Amino acid sequence: MLEMTGIRKTFNIGTVNEKQVLKGVDLHIYPGDFITVIGGNGAGKSTLLNIIAGVHKSDGGRLVLDGQDVTYLPEQKRARYLGRVFQDPMMGTAANMSIAENLAMAFRRTRTRGLRWSSGAAEAAHYRQALERLDLGLENRMTTKVGLLSGGQRQALTLLMATLQKPKLLLLDEHTAALDPKTAAKVLALTEEIIDENGLTALMVTHNMRDAIKLGNRLIMMHDGNIIYDVAGEEKRALQVEDLLKKFETAAGEALSNDRMLLTQ
Amino acid sequence: MTFLTTLLSGVSQGLCWALLTLGVYITYRLLDFADLSVEGTFPLGAAVTAVLINAGVNPFLAILAALACGMLAGFCTGFLNTVCKIPPILSGILTMIALYSINLRIQAGKATVTFKKDSVKNLLSGWFSKLLHTNVNEKYISIGIGVCFALLAIILLYFFFGTEIGAAIRATGNNPFMARALGVNTSRMTVLGLMLSNGLIAASGSLYAQLEYNAAIVTMGQGAIVIGLAAVIIGEVLFCHKDHSFAYRMTAVVLGAVIYYVILAFALKVNFLNATDLKLITAVIVTFALSLPVIKGFIADRRERAANRRQYADGGADHA
Repeated sequence: MLEMTGIRKTFNIGTVNEKQVLKGVDLHIYPGDFITVIGGNGAGKSTLLNIIAGVHKSDGGRLVLDGQDVTYLPEQKRARYLGRVFQDPMMGTAANMSIAENLAMAFRRTRTRGLRWSSGAAEAAHYRQALERLDLGLENRMTTKVGLLSGGQRQALTLLMATLQKPKLLLLDEHTAALDPKTAAKVLALTEEIIDENGLTALMVTHNMRDAIKLGNRLIMMHDGNIIYDVAGEEKRALQVEDLLKKFETAAGEALSNDRMLLTQ
Repeated sequence: MTFLTTLLSGVSQGLCWALLTLGVYITYRLLDFADLSVEGTFPLGAAVTAVLINAGVNPFLAILAALACGMLAGFCTGFLNTVCKIPPILSGILTMIALYSINLRIQAGKATVTFKKDSVKNLLSGWFSKLLHTNVNEKYISIGIGVCFALLAIILLYFFFGTEIGAAIRATGNNPFMARALGVNTSRMTVLGLMLSNGLIAASGSLYAQLEYNAAIVTMGQGAIVIGLAAVIIGEVLFCHKDHSFAYRMTAVVLGAVIYYVILAFALKVNFLNATDLKLITAVIVTFALSLPVIKGFIADRRERAANRRQYADGGADHA
């Protein structure tokens, strides 16, 4: 599905703030994988996702998606294959556009846009049906501007938009981190549902170790620009939070330093 | 009678600026791009029109040519911003000052080029005078032409921004991260939006030259961006609420331009003000329009405080 080979990324090259964020990451994602990603502050989790999405260009290495070399493919062209949900609930939707208009934008992620009308009656029925499953009553507010929705509602909508056209890979970047615990749980349950139902391949960064263990079939731990632990299947199912903390200490030689992670464990 | 004349002259001038206002609305509100090329593209439209009309080209065709040249200028601003990565304001300023020289080149070095052949207004007033067998007031002709072009632009823009590409432009201005994540080439959409905007602005310059001056004046763009912004803000503050539709908003900003010019026309009637005070009056009107939200908020706050005081004054009486 996705093969990452020797991906390197350094920010602010040639300045005092120079930081090597990824130090030659190799990762092979198989079809149907639902991978959770954990790691300390500045481990490179988000950068990894942004490299896959094409937000940043890698300094070296190769990225092959479904047999196609996408290393130098610009972000908007990769968007055809990727569904993305961001940490900031404001980032995934356009506040001044209506719910229906946002969905219409997402519906056209996989095609070239032209001078066709941007949303028809047939589409509206399709969107209504999709919104119903969120169970947030949004199906009756299709013409409401998205800016009037709460953070949780916007994040649920972004998730729906990311998967409206089935993506080859779904990228979730701490997408529940900015939500209150109750809403976060709801959005997470919805995430699991959507991934299961559509048999999606997904990569989810999280700071919550319990979620990382509970969700998905595979878990990777990052530290200082490298993947230091990659576990799947039976072994992953048997994992405990304590195992992860211990694993981190032996691999990294120091205690896990993610403020939010330690607060939420 | 003077009241009516003043009103009519304000309305007809305002309508000439309708297309410019729509152009400014596209960049400033939809694209979130503070585009200063306006000051160069407005006289560009006039210059192109003057040269073409004097060369015997149909004045309606001259408007289309102005539109095309404006789009080209908009492309330049877009190129500077999206390819050379120059910040929006600076991109616009570069295009603006480059156009000052280009406009003079087009006008063969002359600051003013008077129309030697019929403009749209002369053409139409000739037709109507023949048709009705009387002399029609030129102001009415100007207003008619202005209304037609404004309506045409609003209708076309309404449909364009309802298409897939139009929606992509709106999304780009609203949230470029989201747009890129959904496969939109935001650079291309920014360029397209700027082309559309500057095309309209040049067409507006063409109309202004044809309906008001019967000439192209190289300095006529001075302060155009301020007038455009004033019109957008006056229109929005006076007529718009959160849930109003796109077509309604566009009509509102056009009305904003008309109201601005009506105020200006009456302001110039005041005895102690003369034509050279125009820019100062402009600055005062725009300052007032821009601070309207603050003034509204101030009044609302005072009311709330007064109500609060009254409520607790009563409460205090109960306890006593």
